[in-house]
Amino acid sequence: MILTTIKRITRTGFVNFWRNGFLSFASIVVITLSLCAFGLIIFTGAFGRALIADVKDKVDINVYISLSAQESDILALQKDIEALPEVAKTTYISRDQALTAFKTKWQNNSLIMQGLTEIGDNPFPASINIKAKDPGQYGNIATFLNDKGPADASGTPLISKINYEQNKLIIDRLSRIIPLAEKSGLIIAILLVAVAIIVVFNTIRLVIFTAKDEISVMKLVGASNIYVRGPLVVSGIMYGIVAAVITLVVMASFAYWSDTVLLRFAGVQVAADFELIVNVLSTYFNQNFGQIFGIIMGAGVLLGGVSSYIAARRYLKV
Amino acid sequence: MIYYDKVSKVYPDKTVALDEVSFGVEPKEFVTIVGASGAGKTTLMRMLIGEEWPSAGAVFLESFNVHRLGKRDMTKLRRRIGTVFQDYRLIPNKTIYENIAFAMEASGKTDGEVASDVPRVLELVNLGHKIWNFPSELSGGERQRAAIARAIVTQPDIVIADEPTGNLDPANTYEIVRILQKINELGTTVLLTTHNKGVVDTVGGRIITMDKGKVIKDDREGKYIL
Repeated sequence: MILTTIKRITRTGFVNFWRNGFLSFASIVVITLSLCAFGLIIFTGAFGRALIADVKDKVDINVYISLSAQESDILALQKDIEALPEVAKTTYISRDQALTAFKTKWQNNSLIMQGLTEIGDNPFPASINIKAKDPGQYGNIATFLNDKGPADASGTPLISKINYEQNKLIIDRLSRIIPLAEKSGLIIAILLVAVAIIVVFNTIRLVIFTAKDEISVMKLVGASNIYVRGPLVVSGIMYGIVAAVITLVVMASFAYWSDTVLLRFAGVQVAADFELIVNVLSTYFNQNFGQIFGIIMGAGVLLGGVSSYIAARRYLKV
Repeated sequence: MIYYDKVSKVYPDKTVALDEVSFGVEPKEFVTIVGASGAGKTTLMRMLIGEEWPSAGAVFLESFNVHRLGKRDMTKLRRRIGTVFQDYRLIPNKTIYENIAFAMEASGKTDGEVASDVPRVLELVNLGHKIWNFPSELSGGERQRAAIARAIVTQPDIVIADEPTGNLDPANTYEIVRILQKINELGTTVLLTTHNKGVVDTVGGRIITMDKGKVIKDDREGKYIL
């Protein structure tokens, strides 16, 4: 009997979904808009994380070594720096490597190459590139190096310059902006979810008010609560499923077309500079499709089904 | 079977719809309640199915006080009473078959019973050819016959018909009255309200006359009460 009841309620819910064309359409539009807001949050989060990771990766400090320093002393210093808990990675760039990199970069500029030849000797110091685990930790690393004041056996300081001061401004800003952006994103997401629930709830309430006469007839023929409310919940779940499918198509289109649009507007050179950012949405959508599908479909079914159930319980005194 | 015990109904705007109405209805009886518009006939019918609450007095179905029933029992009571109204009250987005099947499904009938009984009852009211039409595609008389089919398909103990011929021409009026009489002959108690003298003359049987919320004549009593 329970199975028969469930079958009948589901069938009635499906039939109502098709026959109440305009109301179904309106409900689907509202839920789709709400789910698109979820999608926007997901994409903004992915884009923001990629952007932050990209910027974090580009922020570093370079420790320039005095020209007279021995390589063994430099490698010992690199080992000391790597031992710091704040440090994620260090890269030693020898004087020769620095010269080669400079030549490669300016090989087409004859004036610069001529100047380099006139100097005769290699003017570039060796350096240690340091990447911290978090941009906020560069200050501690710079303080450690200044306090330590490493020197070679003759007492000559190993470090000639640390470019922390030049990078300090961007590092400080990033350290402030990144947590703020993450918190703001979370608050906006919560607000959007609350607005979505209220809007969907009110749309379903409208559906129930429209079906008022029909519901009174159901009561007259002795229909129990489940017979009256059940089909509304089934229809609500269907609104959610259809809205979720539409949202996934919109998200997929946005993810792929945004790459093309960005390339077109940004131009080839800028696009090349920001390669990671340009491809981030389509890559993210492909790699996390299962998770995105689960979130959007789950949110759709919950928004449609739970809103219908609550509205039916609240506004249908059967 | 049904007993109205000094039932009064006063609306918030002080309109008196019923004023200490008392009468009983026996099983298998055909009772016609007549009176002008505003006499309280519809309020009386709505009391029986729990759509209206009395300001004083009580309505009994067998030994149960209708207005003291819980929600579940009220639902069960409604399944024992078939209802027919002047405005048909068919569900507009369901076909005639679905309208009638819904009443059966709500009362827990099996799919087999629904499949066999719905066409049978529609044939009974001469609507077998309109089974897959929507209510908007039917004439007034056809809609009322569909409403009667819905009211009787669950084989209720009682059918209440509140001005079922109010929107119909004489031919359809006669047809509806004939069907109600037939239902009564098969053993169902029928309560019919009307202000149509022609209907009263056709039906015969027990007639209760109401005016301004009071019963002023009851044939069974054999006299005018006022």
